Amino acid sequence: MLPFILKRVFQSLLVLIITGAIAFSMFTFVGDPIDNMLGQERTMEDVERLRAQLGLDQPIPVQYVKFLGEAVQGNFGVSYRQGREVSEIIKERAPATLELAALSAVFAIVVGIALGVFTAIRRDGFVANFIMSSSLIGVSLPTFLIGILLIYLFSVELGWLPSFGRGEVVRVGWWSTGFLTETGLKALILPSITLGLYQMTLIMRLVRSEMLEVLRQDYIRFARARGLSERVINFRHALKNTMVPVITVIGLQLGAIIAFAIITETVFQWPGLGLLFINAIQFVDIPVMAAYLMMISVMFVVINLLVDILYAFIDPRLRVSAK
Amino acid sequence: MTDRPIVAPEVVPSRMRRALDSDLFYAFKRSPVAIVSAVVAAILILSAVFAPLIAPTNPFDPSSLNLMNGFTPPMAPNAFTGDTFLLGTDDQGRDVFSTILYGMRISLFVGFAAVLFAVVLGIFLGLLAGYFGGWADSFIMRAADVQLTFPSILVAMLIFGIAKGITPVENRDQMAIWVLILAIGLSDWVQFARVVRGATLVEKGKDYVSAARLIGRRPYAIMLRHILPNILSPVLVIATISLALAIIAEATLSFLGVGAPATQPSLGTLIRVGQGFLFSGEWWILFFPACTLLALALSVNMLGDWLRDALNPRLK
Repeated sequence: MLPFILKRVFQSLLVLIITGAIAFSMFTFVGDPIDNMLGQERTMEDVERLRAQLGLDQPIPVQYVKFLGEAVQGNFGVSYRQGREVSEIIKERAPATLELAALSAVFAIVVGIALGVFTAIRRDGFVANFIMSSSLIGVSLPTFLIGILLIYLFSVELGWLPSFGRGEVVRVGWWSTGFLTETGLKALILPSITLGLYQMTLIMRLVRSEMLEVLRQDYIRFARARGLSERVINFRHALKNTMVPVITVIGLQLGAIIAFAIITETVFQWPGLGLLFINAIQFVDIPVMAAYLMMISVMFVVINLLVDILYAFIDPRLRVSAK
Repeated sequence: MTDRPIVAPEVVPSRMRRALDSDLFYAFKRSPVAIVSAVVAAILILSAVFAPLIAPTNPFDPSSLNLMNGFTPPMAPNAFTGDTFLLGTDDQGRDVFSTILYGMRISLFVGFAAVLFAVVLGIFLGLLAGYFGGWADSFIMRAADVQLTFPSILVAMLIFGIAKGITPVENRDQMAIWVLILAIGLSDWVQFARVVRGATLVEKGKDYVSAARLIGRRPYAIMLRHILPNILSPVLVIATISLALAIIAEATLSFLGVGAPATQPSLGTLIRVGQGFLFSGEWWILFFPACTLLALALSVNMLGDWLRDALNPRLK
């Protein structure tokens, strides 16, 4: 077990060092930060002073080590565009994305599992078939079109839900939440459905195929022969045994939800990290791009690592083959 | 006269004949889904290729535009000029039908070029990794693993951002299409490399490779002339599905404003522009490009799915 975990941890560190190098080279080789920070009217003294202040006059390996040290402390310097500390901006934007991602994940998991079980139990029913075939269309629709479609239906035509922004937010310490006001909750509905829809269909199809597999097994027939109610058979016996692969997929998709939030946040002008990142790319705001890259790689690496370790705990065969 | 029997000359079937007799074409004829998708994809691709001949106006030629024609609904005469447009016009009086045709050109060009780039890079690195093994293999495959940690759209965005930063400000709009191809292509090579590497490992052990090595063919000749032709069918399948994904990726990036610029709008850019008129009731500026994108991506995707099933001997 330990060699397996150590190997995985080592691989994760490698990924982080590589993404760190990419983030660092963005600073060093993409554009001149001095050009970006000082306007047209500048003197040579200004340039020299800023260069020394930012540590750009030192050799590149020294800069890289300093960069990693700063990055570990969450310090990515000052945004070229907004002129504020990147860590400050991220702290301000993170709650919006995290609340959106959390709600989408809940939506994807709850609805996905429920529909998956339903379509598996009623595998030949009309409604189940309808859900299955429309899920195919859902998978092939690009996320941004789903968002636009929902905005058109529920904001333009019906006028029920807002089409952009977070609504009113309440500040709890440094965290700003949309869960406590009516407009905030309403604003969350469309974006979280848009963001969670793909993962929902994924979980649904997975639960369905796993359920169908399990329902064919002998112990289910035996349970039926024992006269257990359908409810107990389906939920206590069958669903429980489909959960291993489902948990893995859910784990891996959590990272994807945060990454794909970029698209949803742009469609709904949601003031989160994704929108921040897109604007940073449009304006070549390197510190923000680098910070987002590092943050998201740490997240992906940690999630992958946890899922791998969890998998090894659940499936003993992996532990043996890793040795 | 000798009584030598007359030998009928051996008939060599033409390439076309062989293609029509193949299992693949037989399977194609029997699959309505495949035929419909192929027809839809062919119509869309051809109309994009021949856009200058089909389109009623050239949307990039300012002299053909009339601002008075702005916001004309589809199939209805304009209130000021009396001109009628099949799919209406946008805010600047550009014919939506023409912008879609020209936009599809850019979407398809970026899609094809990006997949081609990914295929060439993936085949090259996959062959190297599979054939030589050793440190080349570990290096290439570790790089692939690192990249697979992230969703490809995120990788493409990042590459786009970096490349945009490197290109000088005045060239950014002209370079955007090439940067887009680079970004989508680089975000997509991993799966080709993995498949090619796996297939190469299998082929490497076969007799014909040993024979080729024995007669002294050089490694690159063996890889390209002997192994490559034998491993192309899985590459073809992935390439078709990748094309659909690349078209969607391009549309997504352009929609997000990190892709094709407004001076060279792709379908994604058109949708981005159209979204702004959703609330004011000019639905056609958004609706038709979105439908075209869907039809394009769906037909190519279904063709790819069918091809995968048709070429998979296990499913027969």
